[in-house]
Amino acid sequence: MLFSLCLKAQVKHKIIHRHYSLALSIANGKKVYMQTCVSCHQVDGGGVQNMNPPLIKTDYVLGDRTRLIKIVLNGFNENAEINGQTYSNNMPSHDFLTDKQIADVLTYVRNSFTNKAPAITMAQVKVVRAVNKKP
Amino acid sequence: MKINSLLSIVLPFAVIPALILTKPSKSTQPVVADNAGLTVPPGFSANMIASNLGIARHIAVTPNNDIYVKLNHVKDGKGILLLHQSDGKAEVVGGFGNYGGTGMYIKDGYLYASSDEDVYRYKLNDKYEVIDPNSPEKIVADLLNRREHESKSIVLDNDGNVYVNVGAYSNSCQVNDREKGSMGRPGCPILDSAGGIWQFKADKLNQHYGDGVHYTKGLRNVVGLDWNQQLNQLFVMQHGRDQLHDLFPQYYSVHKSAIEPAECLYALKEGVNAGWPFIYYDQELHKKMVAPEYGGDGVKTVDDKYIDPTVAFPGHLAPDGLLFYTGNQFPEKYKNGAFIAFHGSWNRAPEPQAGYFVVFQPFKDGKPYGDWEVFADGFAGTAEQKASGRAEHRPCGLAQGPDGSLYVSDDTNGAIYKITYGK
Repeated sequence: MLFSLCLKAQVKHKIIHRHYSLALSIANGKKVYMQTCVSCHQVDGGGVQNMNPPLIKTDYVLGDRTRLIKIVLNGFNENAEINGQTYSNNMPSHDFLTDKQIADVLTYVRNSFTNKAPAITMAQVKVVRAVNKKP
Repeated sequence: MKINSLLSIVLPFAVIPALILTKPSKSTQPVVADNAGLTVPPGFSANMIASNLGIARHIAVTPNNDIYVKLNHVKDGKGILLLHQSDGKAEVVGGFGNYGGTGMYIKDGYLYASSDEDVYRYKLNDKYEVIDPNSPEKIVADLLNRREHESKSIVLDNDGNVYVNVGAYSNSCQVNDREKGSMGRPGCPILDSAGGIWQFKADKLNQHYGDGVHYTKGLRNVVGLDWNQQLNQLFVMQHGRDQLHDLFPQYYSVHKSAIEPAECLYALKEGVNAGWPFIYYDQELHKKMVAPEYGGDGVKTVDDKYIDPTVAFPGHLAPDGLLFYTGNQFPEKYKNGAFIAFHGSWNRAPEPQAGYFVVFQPFKDGKPYGDWEVFADGFAGTAEQKASGRAEHRPCGLAQGPDGSLYVSDDTNGAIYKITYGK
């Protein structure tokens, strides 16, 4: 009886903790976003027609985590088509951001602007940074 | 009816950011209902004569009122549309040119068009129709297109020359483009083949850089340009640099960065240098400033090595169209003055975005005469759409009709507006 109560409390704690972490990461990520990303990608994540790509409902944001982390670390200057549109401005490297800042800001982006995707963790950023080669 | 009531709610708010942002204009602009969503000065009216054309960049109107529209992306296999006007509307009656681009200009029996690399011309018949749409003459080839500032705007003088903008493939010639704190490349080697205006012969085929004249240096990117017939001189609107605060926060506040540097109107002569990327123009101090990438700190000024702008506008409004008015339809004060289409900002975030209007700068005896004023506003839609940058329409190209009407293209929803006076 006692044991099962304990287990329940533990599980509950874990769930609360996980939710808290996500909310905190999103909140911290928003701060990074507003300092570092907003001028190009805009407050609503919609980007700028022909120039800066949107972060809304695109595979670049919602898809492969490694590719997404690499874009932040290395920048992006390819002639990519995103949902039928092209974007001409160069994105610089943001490797000056810490693993935590990158994890937070990507978690924010993946959970804002109607996006819904799993968080990015510091550990994931650390792994990608360790093997990252700049193009 | 719906639009009328919506406008009466929205417009008073829409005017507020414009007043905060800009110098107060001398003439007040009363709300005039039902001008295709635009406000225009008393006595003028605006009509949307076409819509959904595609990404409508620059436009040219023939002496018989037909309209050529250059599309930035090919739509249904066509990069140039021909529109014919009747009953207050303009219908697409033809299309050709399998390339996207910006430039569109008519001169001496030819239609000139540009892709993001080349300049073409098409001979017109006596009805101003293109005689052979599938075989244009390529007059300029292989200009640089490295994605950023890729459009090649064009205009012709009265002596058989075409002027072409080649925008710099960079924001401020940093070692690493747009990277925080990255300094400027020494001497900015980009300037040998971009960041300026080149002059070519209008009737010579397949010219490359070496065949032309490197007419003006130090212009970051020009989209709006026009030949001033009164002065017989080229005028251009430069898109000023972005991101002073993002790149050098130690020198520039978010607010300073939202309103600086100026978007500048320059009167050009062969051989002059406007100073990009080494300087920018501060629209509040009215000074040429050393760019932070080249040792500037937001305070250091530059003396007279580079030309001064003719008029300096608030930052980031993105001037995409320039037209000196030579018609007789509009009141006398508009004669020989400059209309400028401001596409609208993005680099003011997190401050509200601005622009999305056509302004008028009066001129007298070839010089600016008094302050510029907002001529046509409301392209963006609601105040919220304007502030967020999610504009419904964005003014881009300007053209004058044979009767003196002013045409404005919109490259967001592909509309063409016709603005007339006293009709």
